[in-house]
Amino acid sequence: MTDTAAGSVKLERTNVRSIARAPLVEAPFATTVVELGRERPDIVVLSADLSKYTDIHPFAETFPERFFQLGMAEQNMMGVAGGLAKTGFCPIAVTYTVFATRRAGDQVQMALATGHRTAVIAAFLPGITTPFRASHQGTDDLAIMRAIPGMTVIDPMDATELSAALRAAVSVPGPVYLRGLRASVAEVLVPPYEFEIGRARLLREGSDVGLVGTGLGTQWALEAAELLETRGTSAAVLHVPTIKPFDTTAVVEFASHFRALVSVENHSVVGGLGSAVCEAVAGAGMACRVRRCGVPDRWADAGPLDFIRERLGLDGPSLATSVVDNQEAAR
Amino acid sequence: MTGVIDHWSKDVEYDLDDVALRIRRRVLDMCLGRGQGYAGQGLALADVFAHLYFRVMRRNPDGSLLDRFVLSTGHSAIALFATLGELGVYEEEELRTYGQAGSRIEESPLEGTPGFEITGGSLGQGLSQAVGMALGERLRGSGAKVYCLLSDGELQEGQVWEAAMSASHHHLDNLVAIVDNNHMQADGAPAQVMEVEPVVERLAAFGFVAERIDGHDHEALRRVLPHASVAQHGPVAIVLETVPGKGVETFEHHHKVHYLRLTRDVWDEAIAELG
Ligand SMILES: Cc1ncc(C[n+]2csc(CCOP(=O)(O)OP(=O)(O)O)c2C)c(N)n1
Ligand SMILES: [Mg+2]
Repeated sequence: MTDTAAGSVKLERTNVRSIARAPLVEAPFATTVVELGRERPDIVVLSADLSKYTDIHPFAETFPERFFQLGMAEQNMMGVAGGLAKTGFCPIAVTYTVFATRRAGDQVQMALATGHRTAVIAAFLPGITTPFRASHQGTDDLAIMRAIPGMTVIDPMDATELSAALRAAVSVPGPVYLRGLRASVAEVLVPPYEFEIGRARLLREGSDVGLVGTGLGTQWALEAAELLETRGTSAAVLHVPTIKPFDTTAVVEFASHFRALVSVENHSVVGGLGSAVCEAVAGAGMACRVRRCGVPDRWADAGPLDFIRERLGLDGPSLATSVVDNQEAAR
Repeated sequence: MTGVIDHWSKDVEYDLDDVALRIRRRVLDMCLGRGQGYAGQGLALADVFAHLYFRVMRRNPDGSLLDRFVLSTGHSAIALFATLGELGVYEEEELRTYGQAGSRIEESPLEGTPGFEITGGSLGQGLSQAVGMALGERLRGSGAKVYCLLSDGELQEGQVWEAAMSASHHHLDNLVAIVDNNHMQADGAPAQVMEVEPVVERLAAFGFVAERIDGHDHEALRRVLPHASVAQHGPVAIVLETVPGKGVETFEHHHKVHYLRLTRDVWDEAIAELG
């Protein structure tokens, strides 16, 4: 990491690969959760009939006595996780985003968030990474979880960060909501990478426009920035993996260099990263035009990820256009 | 449900074995496009869908359904789509776009898609809406019955039992719950994942008149699923013992029958096997 010299932003820059050249890592969550199981005898994992679909099957096979299959019953699973936490274990309750935050939302809040004990809710299929529409696309989970007192909310951008964030999550007091990425996951951040809860990272320097991303949204922002560069626009990208606690300082510092910002997230434009950026910028009294790019306020389409991104204006070229439009509007 | 049904008449007594076979053919045909889908469920449910849609449920003079069907198990939509195709609600060509980007023949559709009364897929919720419909139809005095299909995996969701409790408390003699007891869920067999048996006794304890039958036995289906005009006493539950992939030998023993992703030649063999 080097201090920014060429760009105008005074934040340390973290190294990233070009999205197109990022290698794929197989089941990074599985690897890390098994490592943690070896290191920490207090780690227990819970599943609601999705162990084969959420990269925790290897843990179940390696540590059968510390793996609890609870069937398709997410509300009960969160309650059971609360009980395990109260007996000194660190539960990692794993399901899909929608079932963790909608179906078992009250149980998450009462059983895991009113106390101070460490517990991880690992939620797979974030945002539009599933073709099943309203029933499986978790496009409101960050908003829901962000509103819970004491909840830490993390949306990792790649394999490196997912593993690092899981390690961090089992080591902080209180509940952590961690979005998971399964199967083959791109490795964009170049290891070694130090993840720190609540800390944003500058991934790309630039002097003309600023993009702020979280989760896969950061990959999409980087794609847009690469495109913009070929068109002569220098775009900076700030990555905000922790939605809560929010790195207001970094976002405000980043925003101070631009007239306009574009936020990019794999989530609704209501209540997630974009909202948090607006809160930070407005809270600091800055005049900065923020364009929130994410899932618009409607049920998203059905289909493969690339198809849905195009439909929602979240593909690289559409995002680049949004950035330029927002910049024009801010003139 | 749209009123467009070209291929059904109340005056015809259908050969339901044949209807079920045609539904099965459509199920396989629907999966050819992407080479994948919930064919296992579609094949397993063809028999009960043939009975429900071609014999049991009543229709209004305009062809729309008087009785109502609630599909709780969203991913089993393929069986309903294929049945609706058989009724002429959907064209074969459109059904072939099953699961494709932007198609309304979704693997797990939302309510408002013709023939789909609720958004299933977030499993374990359908029976509650069926209870609400049964209460509403009773209040309206329509005489309509409500049929709800749910799966054995769904029985693990607490909401199902909240719904069951409310069904018997409110003496819903116009509600029929049909359980697709296929001994399969995402992580394996319920017996290993989370035991749901004894299903019949549990449903009976919650106030249902419950019975278990072979879900592919047409005589048994006729007996436990009488024409909707036949009176019942309180909520009824029918536990269907089904075989995922029924009718295609290789699918019946396929370890990934919960969701099949196969090469074209395997699909072609299956189609040939079905005849
Ligand atoms: C509330 C909820 N939890 C988890 C899932 C993920 N999921 C999809 S299918 C499935 C297994 C369902 O088993 P079953 O309902 O018996 O269906 P079958 O495999 O027999 O078709 C699971 C857990 C879901 N769709 N809804
Ligand atoms: Mg099942």
